[in-house]
Amino acid sequence: MREFAYDRALDVSGALALLDADPDARFLGGGTNLVDLMKTGVERPARLVDVRELPLDDIEVTPDGGLRIGATVTNSDLAAHPEVRRRYPALAQAVLAGASGQLRNMATVGGNLLQRTRCGYFADVTKPCNKRVPGSGCPAIEGEHHNHAILGASEHCVATHPSDMGVALTAFDAVVSYRTADGSAGAPRGGELPLADFYLPVGDTPHRETALPPGALITGVTLPPAPVAAHSRYRKVRERASYAFAIGSIAAALDVRDGAVREVRLAFGAVASRPWRATAAERVLTGAPADAETFAAAADAELAAAKPLPHNAYKVTLMRNLVVAVLTELAEEAAR
Amino acid sequence: MAPAPSSTSSDITLNINGEKHTLPVDHRTTLLDALRERLDLTGTKKGCDQGQCGACTVLLDGRRAVSCLQLAVAAEGREITTIEGLADGDRLHPVQQAFLDLDGYQCGYCTPGQICSAIAVIEEHAAGWPSAVTDDVRPEAGPPPLSPEEIRERMSGNLCRCGAYVSIAQAVARAAEAKTGEAAA
Repeated sequence: MREFAYDRALDVSGALALLDADPDARFLGGGTNLVDLMKTGVERPARLVDVRELPLDDIEVTPDGGLRIGATVTNSDLAAHPEVRRRYPALAQAVLAGASGQLRNMATVGGNLLQRTRCGYFADVTKPCNKRVPGSGCPAIEGEHHNHAILGASEHCVATHPSDMGVALTAFDAVVSYRTADGSAGAPRGGELPLADFYLPVGDTPHRETALPPGALITGVTLPPAPVAAHSRYRKVRERASYAFAIGSIAAALDVRDGAVREVRLAFGAVASRPWRATAAERVLTGAPADAETFAAAADAELAAAKPLPHNAYKVTLMRNLVVAVLTELAEEAAR
Repeated sequence: MAPAPSSTSSDITLNINGEKHTLPVDHRTTLLDALRERLDLTGTKKGCDQGQCGACTVLLDGRRAVSCLQLAVAAEGREITTIEGLADGDRLHPVQQAFLDLDGYQCGYCTPGQICSAIAVIEEHAAGWPSAVTDDVRPEAGPPPLSPEEIRERMSGNLCRCGAYVSIAQAVARAAEAKTGEAAA
């Protein structure tokens, strides 16, 4: 591991100033991904600015009935929070489906959004990887890719985003808030990015992952009010029963009136470089009969754009079955 | 004038099992390595060193965490509890006693991590935290019973290569029951 300086930031302005002063600095949250990547040499920061103790650890109900979640809230506290479980149960389920109890206690909301892919070539500094070393190539396309992307990938990178939490946040139209240091001595500037625009298209720049400005610090995530989210579910498929990354996952919310879909939210995990909002499927579903035939047609509409590789074509069938199964369950519960 | 190069080491004070330990550390030092290599607290075990096996589990401010991904310098100011800090003199912690009584181990290497994790599992459950196998996570549904399925899911961050899971799960259940009984008494 490269040697590094360490600073613990106690306020947002201080954190931004410390990062701004050192181009090789990185923010440290729970460290569950960054420290691991530093050990393997994938990440080589010269300075860590520890932001875990910043006063960004609140979860509050917003006046309009949404939720504002601070960036340093741990995964555990997010999943245990009564308002998260009541208003957005799929978000609590998604967080609980990720990692282990130990890691959820350490990991933060901001860090979760910025975690890196678990593609084995990205993690191995002896192998080419366009995400790690731009222009070096993507061995996954011809090699080990059974858990890689089927949607939105490119000839330069087929890695997936590993987050479970992000899938539910995407389904519920989360907005990421951030701050950046001012060039002068003035107050820090801020901005907002809908999660739908937060992750950049892969294209020929897989090393550029987010639309955050350089040096930005995520300060929180806001969930707009969504009554439909109270009837939501996260289901994750993995190669063992617990403590593994998804090979496919789904966050779904459904409101059925008189047998027809009144409102629906649908997002997929482990199939793309980012949590994948299934907008084509949502269009097919909205206003249509809430039955298995519609659910399958909606899945097919979304997955028509899939470009599977030889060893991950199973994900097309897997995601289709997940859509039908989870929406059918939600529709049956709505009918009770 | 160029800024002075920042130091890549610090003198830190760690609060471990109620005792303060001051030591210089290279910032690259994990809490796990500080405990084992610098402070002779070798009860905490190094398994994968990648956050995947749970052998290095300790309690940080009462919550379980893997010490292999926790930088020692970032643990300054936190209350660290390791396997060495659980017993009350010669009297074992009830979770330690349950592991002994029910043979919740074979080779014993993962056991300190299993025990630290189990203590936290029982507290997380008592605090009403749901898990990935909880049918209904809404607060109105109330906490799920700490069934074998719940215990297995909640303990899934601790691997046991001997496969002593059957008796580990029984030991966690026994310790949880004892704690509930104690609270009710």
